[in-house]
Amino acid sequence: MGQAWHEIVVEVLKANEVRLIPYVPDNVLKPLIAAIHADPFFTAFTTAREEEAVGIVAGAAMAGMRGMVLMQTSGFATLANVLASLPCAFQIPVLMMVSERGTLGEFNLGQAAVWRTMRPTLEALAMEHHVITRLDECEFIVDRTIRQALMTQQPATLILSPLLTGGKAAPVKPQGAEGR
Amino acid sequence: MTPTTGQENARAREAHNAKRLYRFDCTKRLVARLRNEEAVIGGIGHSNFDLWAAEHRPQNFYMLGSMGLAVPIALGVALAQPQRKVFALEGDGSLLMQLGCLTTVATLKPANLAILILDNGSYQITGGQATPAAGGADYVAIARACGLPNAAWAADEEDFERLVDRCLSTDGPHVIGLKLDDQGPAAQTERDPPQIRDRFMRGLGVKKSKLPG
Repeated sequence: MGQAWHEIVVEVLKANEVRLIPYVPDNVLKPLIAAIHADPFFTAFTTAREEEAVGIVAGAAMAGMRGMVLMQTSGFATLANVLASLPCAFQIPVLMMVSERGTLGEFNLGQAAVWRTMRPTLEALAMEHHVITRLDECEFIVDRTIRQALMTQQPATLILSPLLTGGKAAPVKPQGAEGR
Repeated sequence: MTPTTGQENARAREAHNAKRLYRFDCTKRLVARLRNEEAVIGGIGHSNFDLWAAEHRPQNFYMLGSMGLAVPIALGVALAQPQRKVFALEGDGSLLMQLGCLTTVATLKPANLAILILDNGSYQITGGQATPAAGGADYVAIARACGLPNAAWAADEEDFERLVDRCLSTDGPHVIGLKLDDQGPAAQTERDPPQIRDRFMRGLGVKKSKLPG
């Protein structure tokens, strides 16, 4: 049996010496977060806000320690100012991995609405970003995106599509069928 | 004169007894005590202007725009280089934007991190409007309640120097609160982010380059 997406991500992070993982948790990221906490290679912890995690990874990157921030789509939506003025302006390779909520079967209108801001924000910031939809492309995209960010001193975002992860399933069926 | 522990605790808890200090003077006093290439992260606006005015050091980082992130950036540096002491200079209005970061610091307990809270009660750079903490919030008490027991208000200049020495000579994380007067900054930082980042990385020994700088 092949590797799961989160096992591939852990391997690629280790191969690229990406050790520092501050995050705001998300259900889809749960297996990745668990694997990172279980591996002493990583320094992983929660932060109160995604902005804070971006600051921590930026500071660590300048001091020689590579890091990646984990978050979900709604968390990314809180970041435009700090991304523009810290990693973009100072040219710091802050890596981010976003679990994509709000599309392909979203049950929460708030998530669906904020999802629409993510790509326009990334494009407006001219920030490198890639969506991972297929298991067979996962290693290549994660590895090459990290390497390019490090070599070009630019931030980058990896978006984990529900096509890759399965996303977060609706807790109830539509039309009030939950009673069945 | 070294105060006894009892006096020290009494002074530390009394924000209203703290003398109003001049930010540039205190910044110079801090910088003068740095002998081991300690990193200093200057928060947005006047916090980093006075750090710049106190004479540039290669281990200084002058933040731009990302209000509230001086402490997180300093935490990142502290985690990456545990042998180096790291100071964050953060304004009161800035800290209010990212109060949660104090809980993160308390949980991770980086022994090499010191946070200086520069409390003038206002948004000085935008015209001196009062912060929403005008009702009496005590940042040192907040830090303590977040789980940072080594937090104290500087009673005066001499006390501030003593507290800085304690940051340099003992394990942290440490927090020093400074009640400031309303004097403006001594100069304005050169706003050239990639240059600032490049010099900072060289200053921390992370980047080697044949390009002069």
